[in-house]
Amino acid sequence: MDLRGNHTDRLSFNPVTIKLMIEVKDIEKSFGDSKVLKGISTTFESGKTNLIIGRSGSGKTVMLKTLLGIHTPDAGTISFDGRIYSDLDKDEKRALRTEIGMVFQGSALFDSMTVEQNVAFPLRMFTNKRSKEIMDRVNETLDRVNLKDANKKFPNEISGGMQKRVAIARAIVNNPKYLFCDEPNSGLDPETSIVIDKLVQEITKEYNITTVINTHDMNSVLQIGEKIVFLKNGLKEWEGNNEEILETRNKSIVEFVYSSDLFKKVREALLADEQEHHAHDNDKKA
Amino acid sequence: MIKILDQIGRYFLMLKEVFNKPTKWVVMRPLIFKEVDDLIIGSMAIVAFISFFIGGVVAIQTALNLTNPLIPKSLIAFATRQSVILEFSPTFISIIMAGRAGSYITSSIGTMRVTEQIDALEVMGVNSLNYLVFPKIIALILYPFVIAISICLGIMGGWLAAVYGGFVGSDEFIRGIQTDFHPFHILYAFIKTFIFGFVLATIPSFHGFYMKGGALEVGKASTTSFVWTCVVIILIDYLLTQLLLS
Repeated sequence: MDLRGNHTDRLSFNPVTIKLMIEVKDIEKSFGDSKVLKGISTTFESGKTNLIIGRSGSGKTVMLKTLLGIHTPDAGTISFDGRIYSDLDKDEKRALRTEIGMVFQGSALFDSMTVEQNVAFPLRMFTNKRSKEIMDRVNETLDRVNLKDANKKFPNEISGGMQKRVAIARAIVNNPKYLFCDEPNSGLDPETSIVIDKLVQEITKEYNITTVINTHDMNSVLQIGEKIVFLKNGLKEWEGNNEEILETRNKSIVEFVYSSDLFKKVREALLADEQEHHAHDNDKKA
Repeated sequence: MIKILDQIGRYFLMLKEVFNKPTKWVVMRPLIFKEVDDLIIGSMAIVAFISFFIGGVVAIQTALNLTNPLIPKSLIAFATRQSVILEFSPTFISIIMAGRAGSYITSSIGTMRVTEQIDALEVMGVNSLNYLVFPKIIALILYPFVIAISICLGIMGGWLAAVYGGFVGSDEFIRGIQTDFHPFHILYAFIKTFIFGFVLATIPSFHGFYMKGGALEVGKASTTSFVWTCVVIILIDYLLTQLLLS
């Protein structure tokens, strides 16, 4: 069943003819004397997993919070499918936010509610569905994130990976057009991280959501980075995809990607292999 | 001084937002019942215990200080009634509630702030202040009922202590309770508690909602909220006494 069943009803235009996207133009943000974002422009398209990467302090969290409307940019515009956020009034902003799903770094589940109450929350809040319809929908969404038999448990009774799944279920249960994830892998083991990454990517494609993920996890970058924006000191240093990032000669991004010993060794092995291959070819030619 | 004025300004802006864009009634209703359970029903045991013994202590203290044989023993009941209705139940119990309910409100909202649950509400498009604070205000509208029970138990405690302590006979105590009774004093107590209830719901919520930091700061915010709630309750008590009884 299409979880985005009522998606087109909300739109005043045909989503097939107009590409859904978030457009960021020259956004700047300062805190006191410290300029955190220095004129960043980019686009995040629907059906793609868009990643914002960078070292700690590069401005990626501020960028995500600015996209979400938690911070107001000092300059520049952010438009959601043509709707410029700063031009919207308070009610329109609230309405737009109901189209946004967010997965927080620490999951941010309501700890006084059970798993199913957490997932049902956006439906109870923003729809007029009956209880049975809500519960059907909740079960369907929990099934989609491969989470069964945890409906009646409280967030502190389930593992970190399960909490992330619940957070994803809560974020997608109301058919969002935009999904934001703030470091969805933080605190998870590598195996669970891969599962969460794949889940987010599958959901993005399945429901044609505009997904923006804030991460510094290189596994995620290589696995699901269909569009990658690399920030350095508040500037967009590079943008591309997970194939281009391995081939780029940009010094900053090479340093960032290969900062871990594991990736350094993989790169050295690849370069050695490449050199050997070249030498072999040259010998053949000779 | 500027910081205090800034805080006062933010407090009133918070109140404006609390009553702005109300949450759907089907969502709000269970929240109100939950808050009634937590803040009103949950406080009844400690309020009953304190009221009963405070009434007893007031009666004994009055009895022990009545050494002049010309002063009638019924004054013990009169003094107990006046003390309990005018001050001990409305104000003293409100101070207790600032510690019990106020700390609960600040720490629960503060923890939601620390764990990004409030951010989650905001990002979803929920008016988080209305969702979190409004049910507490509505629940504490019932606060005068708590004080009514407190007054009854306080006087009952006074009667038990005075009669079974051998200070005064039961008939004389009851006559003392009825002596020079002004029903307006009950209204005065309820007006005070109604306003204290609003203070008890909003000041701790303000400190919890706007706190910054981690778990340690949640504790600090609870302490600060208790201090400010007490200060505001005492100031309002003074003002209302001047306005209504002078």
